[in-house]
Amino acid sequence: MTGRDDAPLLEVAGLHVSYLTRTDRVQAVRGAGLDVRPGEIVALVGESGSGKSTTAHAVLRLLAPNASLDAGTVRFAGRDLAALSERELRTVRGARIGLVPQDPGVSLNPVKRIGEQVAEVLRLHGLATRRTAPLGAVEALERAGMPEPQVRARQYPHELSGGMRQRALIAIAIAAGPELIVADEPTSALDVTVQRRILDHLQHLTEESGTAVLLVTHDLGVAADRASRIAVMSQGRVVESGPARRIIEDPQDAYTRRLLRSAPSLTAVRARPRHAAPAQPSEPAEPVLVTAENLVKDFPLPRGRTVRAVDEVGLTVHRGRTLALVGESGSGKSTTARMILRLVPPTSGRIVFDGEDVTAAGGAALRRLRRRAQLVYQNPYASLDPRFSIGEVITEPLRAFRVGDRASRAARARELLDRVALPAATLDRRPAELSGGQRQRVAIARALALEPDLVVCDEPVSALDVSVQAQVLDLLAELQDGTGLAYLFISHDLAVVRQIAHRVAVMRAGRVVETGETGAIFGDPAHDYTRELLAAIPGGDARIGAPGARLLEERT
Amino acid sequence: MRRYAALRLAQAAGVLWAAYTVSFLVLDLLPGDPVSAMAGQGADQAGIDPAQIARLKSQYGFDEPVPVQYAHHLGRALRGDLGDSVSAGRPVTSVIGEALPSTLQLVVAGLALAVLLGGGLALAATYTSRRWLRQLLLSLPPLGVSVPAFWAGLMLVEVFSFRARLLPAFGNGGPRGLILPAVTLAIPTGAVVAQVLAKSLLTTLDEPYVQTARAKGAGRPRIHLRHALRNASLPALTVVGVLVGQLMANSVVTETVFSRNGLGRVTAAAVTAQDIPLVQGVVVFGALVFVLVNLAVDLLCPLLDPRIAAAGGRRWSPA
Repeated sequence: MTGRDDAPLLEVAGLHVSYLTRTDRVQAVRGAGLDVRPGEIVALVGESGSGKSTTAHAVLRLLAPNASLDAGTVRFAGRDLAALSERELRTVRGARIGLVPQDPGVSLNPVKRIGEQVAEVLRLHGLATRRTAPLGAVEALERAGMPEPQVRARQYPHELSGGMRQRALIAIAIAAGPELIVADEPTSALDVTVQRRILDHLQHLTEESGTAVLLVTHDLGVAADRASRIAVMSQGRVVESGPARRIIEDPQDAYTRRLLRSAPSLTAVRARPRHAAPAQPSEPAEPVLVTAENLVKDFPLPRGRTVRAVDEVGLTVHRGRTLALVGESGSGKSTTARMILRLVPPTSGRIVFDGEDVTAAGGAALRRLRRRAQLVYQNPYASLDPRFSIGEVITEPLRAFRVGDRASRAARARELLDRVALPAATLDRRPAELSGGQRQRVAIARALALEPDLVVCDEPVSALDVSVQAQVLDLLAELQDGTGLAYLFISHDLAVVRQIAHRVAVMRAGRVVETGETGAIFGDPAHDYTRELLAAIPGGDARIGAPGARLLEERT
Repeated sequence: MRRYAALRLAQAAGVLWAAYTVSFLVLDLLPGDPVSAMAGQGADQAGIDPAQIARLKSQYGFDEPVPVQYAHHLGRALRGDLGDSVSAGRPVTSVIGEALPSTLQLVVAGLALAVLLGGGLALAATYTSRRWLRQLLLSLPPLGVSVPAFWAGLMLVEVFSFRARLLPAFGNGGPRGLILPAVTLAIPTGAVVAQVLAKSLLTTLDEPYVQTARAKGAGRPRIHLRHALRNASLPALTVVGVLVGQLMANSVVTETVFSRNGLGRVTAAAVTAQDIPLVQGVVVFGALVFVLVNLAVDLLCPLLDPRIAAAGGRRWSPA
């Protein structure tokens, strides 16, 4: 689209948005500015709290009720949207600017059929009559790449997978043929392979129709792959913007550089010293801590049917090492880990923990296992009791196992906080006062309180910002260094796995399809599915040092 | 869906049986039986022939062991026979049947008013963008819940009948006579409906799919009525099912305040007279109405939310 560098389609300038909280007014966006030319993809990148989503929503004036657009202009096709009335805005929303929202799981009305929801856009803007709307909806679904669009149109959202729901939302966004699509983290909630297919399709679709896209993402890899230009936001301001290649290869702003350094998908090839990184894959084998043999888990379905979530899985975790369990949602990786922790009873199979068969352990034996195997959850916002102080959170395992007295437990809590690099003053605070990264540190401190042999980390960094992710991964590696602590690390993110794991087991549809040393899996994957997963890691086009980085030059 | 309906039906039958059994046991454990009560009325027991009392007791079956009485009564109840009222000397079902139409009118009118007023209030409070108006409207339901039915009834009579002379204060005088009792009955129930629906609407309006609808270009009325209301009405509908019980209980007070004939008056009289078969009949009948209404609510829910039928009453999720 080199021939279309005319006036910008969207031009945001001096945008100020603030949120009114119970106590005061918080400035979320302070003077942000960016522009999008017709037909181009511009990525708006930043961490949570940077104001990128607020900026994107301000374009459509879809702000929360407690938010106010204090200053600035949003010029779209010659009109200032910031000055339009609600009635005038309704003729722009959906018709000329489409929105692809963040979480496909909750962004469709659960009580309306898919077709109805797509048809609504056409009906609202007078693009179809009651008779022709259903047909138009099916057509839009087909363009959005929905398989069997006629069948899907008659289904409800809960009957579709996450990827199909996102396609339905894309159909809603493109149905009226808009000039601009605002895509707010459109694939963050999806598996990497699905993410890639959907972004491919969105890109193809917009290239074909000449639609411009404002792509909001926290993932610099996604931005580098898809956008012709990138705008980086931090603390409510656009700190840097320019052609995608220039931003990735020659960042000017300190914040952009920091973001690039911590983006796992972009650093995958860059040599990065890690305490736990496997120096030589063939170092002498550590003693075995956990062995799982032929694990099977069936879940009952209505009418006496069952579904096999885990199918004949075998794993070995060594002391002092990290085994990563990789797979997409529904692959059975969490269920496998929960069986090893004996939180879910296996249908069949055998689990041996430090020489002892714990498959059917109960009473005292199970309690011993609970003490030696701990769990760090995915979401630090939900896994800490909001009414507990941090001190109470960390010492709860000690109290549960009656370890020490009050004074020694408090001393242990301080020591643990120090180990996870939090100040001792944190002890008296509540989870709500901490950031996501700090909370996950607390969760790790809690898991370590009883000095376990095994810690199962279930997607421990996927709810965190990239720069925080890197810190937490560093911490995990540091804690393992020189101790016999073993990690079973569950993740869907291969880029993260590469940084922390010694060995990797790839799961798909309940089975382990490939196991091996991390270097071998990444360097020479044997199974097709592993290769597909590797290829789906975003940032592939811009990975630093990667030869032949095709950087969508035709569009810059 | 069929499995879901069968499950609900079985539950309904179970509740009904439990209500019958509990009421039987509780009433049996109470001191005194109707025969002794009748015999003792207004005079000392000395003047009455013990043999006569024994004969009456055996006539009503009070001399048999409790399990036998229970089996006997349950068997009859299953055939629709709840026994004879001691004080009226007629079958319990016919006493209830006679009082029913008037009460039914009152409860149905009260329920309809409660849903209309409560639902309307909730919609208005969540629709307005004026903060003060929303706060004012949202402060009404707690007030409505805390006002006792008899006091509200007396105030309404004072204002509309004695001062304004618009509506009759007492009796069964046609539709106009129904207005004040129905309003009295609707106040506490409507307040709860308003509270639940308003809360549920506010939560629903915060859902991401509402934003999707706004992004399509939908206006406020459409979002409120087409997108949010149907999703938000489920908790309110469930509460309405439970509130029918409260409505029937309040109808006892309301019928007394407004001197209306009906089930409420019958209940009050039966309790005073220790007319155990009649009291039990009212309890079982109340349970029947309650169970039927809630069965209707349960069967209505899957029509409002397709996810309920899909779950079939049992939820399955792979960890």
